[in-house]
Amino acid sequence: MTGEALIVLENVNKWFGPLHVLQDVDLSVARGEVVVVIGPSGSGKSTLCRAINRLEPIDSGTITFDGQPLAAEGRALARLRSEVGMVFQSFNLFAHKTILQNVMLGPVKVRKEKPAVVRERAMSLLERVGIANQAEKYPAQLSGGQQQRVAIARALAMQPKALLFDEPTSALDPEMVGEVLDVMTSLAREGMTMVVVTHEMGFARHAANRVVFMADGQLVEQAAPEEFFANPKSERARDFLSKILTH
Amino acid sequence: MDVFSDPYNVDVYVTGFLWILKLTAASTVGALVLGVLLAAMRVSPVPVLRGFGAAWVNVFRNTPLTLIIFFCYFGLFSTLGFSVSDEIDLNNYWLGVIGLSVYTAAFVCEAIRSGINTVPAGQAEAARAIGMSFRQTLTMIVLPQAGRAVVAPLGSIFIALSKNATIVGTIGLMESSNAMKELINANGDAVIPIFLVFAGTFAVVLIPAGYGFGWLANRLAVKR
Repeated sequence: MTGEALIVLENVNKWFGPLHVLQDVDLSVARGEVVVVIGPSGSGKSTLCRAINRLEPIDSGTITFDGQPLAAEGRALARLRSEVGMVFQSFNLFAHKTILQNVMLGPVKVRKEKPAVVRERAMSLLERVGIANQAEKYPAQLSGGQQQRVAIARALAMQPKALLFDEPTSALDPEMVGEVLDVMTSLAREGMTMVVVTHEMGFARHAANRVVFMADGQLVEQAAPEEFFANPKSERARDFLSKILTH
Repeated sequence: MDVFSDPYNVDVYVTGFLWILKLTAASTVGALVLGVLLAAMRVSPVPVLRGFGAAWVNVFRNTPLTLIIFFCYFGLFSTLGFSVSDEIDLNNYWLGVIGLSVYTAAFVCEAIRSGINTVPAGQAEAARAIGMSFRQTLTMIVLPQAGRAVVAPLGSIFIALSKNATIVGTIGLMESSNAMKELINANGDAVIPIFLVFAGTFAVVLIPAGYGFGWLANRLAVKR
């Protein structure tokens, strides 16, 4: 992946009180690249992911998206967020809206697109993630895996330049993880720029262009997945992998 | 029940409750609009608005309604010359609506604010993540869910409002409590029946209203 950089973090620092959760983080994600962020709990990987669309403000450093520095507030920030899709661990579908309304809301209300046009796109996205026949149901009537696939469709409806995934399968029953990863894998194949925080090593192996390993707020090492899993350089990464890959 | 066979007395009774109905209807609208605005202020990122909302709640929630209604009449109208209508009844009615609205809005605001706390933070995050502004997030995602969560407590507030409306009688409007007083003054031998009819009228309307709000709360509840 040597394409032009879409997301660039430079010298990013963040504290939660006395806790230094992001320490001088530098990361560049190229257009079309799939970067998987792994690491132990509390290593700062979710914070990193959320900082990219400023759901977590950072204390110092710069983040640029598509050549533009992240705005602090207001309209410019909202516009940036509309170009970066986000998929959450707990799905966060709008509980009082139907599945179809969930997918249509952003394009219609934020982008002011025509509802008829959006409806067609929304239905084809729901078709793609296999939920089209549930379009009139409410989120609580769907399984976790189905809800997460709707959440991906909702993010895609905005036709984003990049997608952020914050542990998208961590809240799912084991038998539903596959259906969500399948959708993510097909997106990765199609060239969507993705930053994925996950514990799914299988996904990291077969879908990532690059694996980034974080520990204690630092970006410890990054490498192509084959190389990282076969031959981790840092002691910290070797230790982490030995704990999760032996079972 | 001889009292209520006299058409004049029936007219006093009906007029009294019509005023209560009108006071309740207008003040419900006023308190709801004001209360939602105040709740929005109290959760807004602007400190001045948050302060204004908090001050409103603290002032009006902790002042007796009688004093507020008196102030509307003796302060706003008599002293400051604020008048809504040349017709004395209508003027008193609107002064009453103002007093009831600003008072009840404080309670509506707090109910809605507690409703906002029942909406998981992830809902607002998801809304912001697709590019919604603060106002869009609040009006399209958070408030609709918060409102559904507080239908039952709002119902109690509006039931209380309908009874509080009798306080407007203190500034001369011939609403139900004034009507009752007049009937009792003229019919000293029928105090108990008169009292029971007036109290019963409130109960007959408000008990079903309470169940109605309960039913509505269940129906509108957001499933999570």
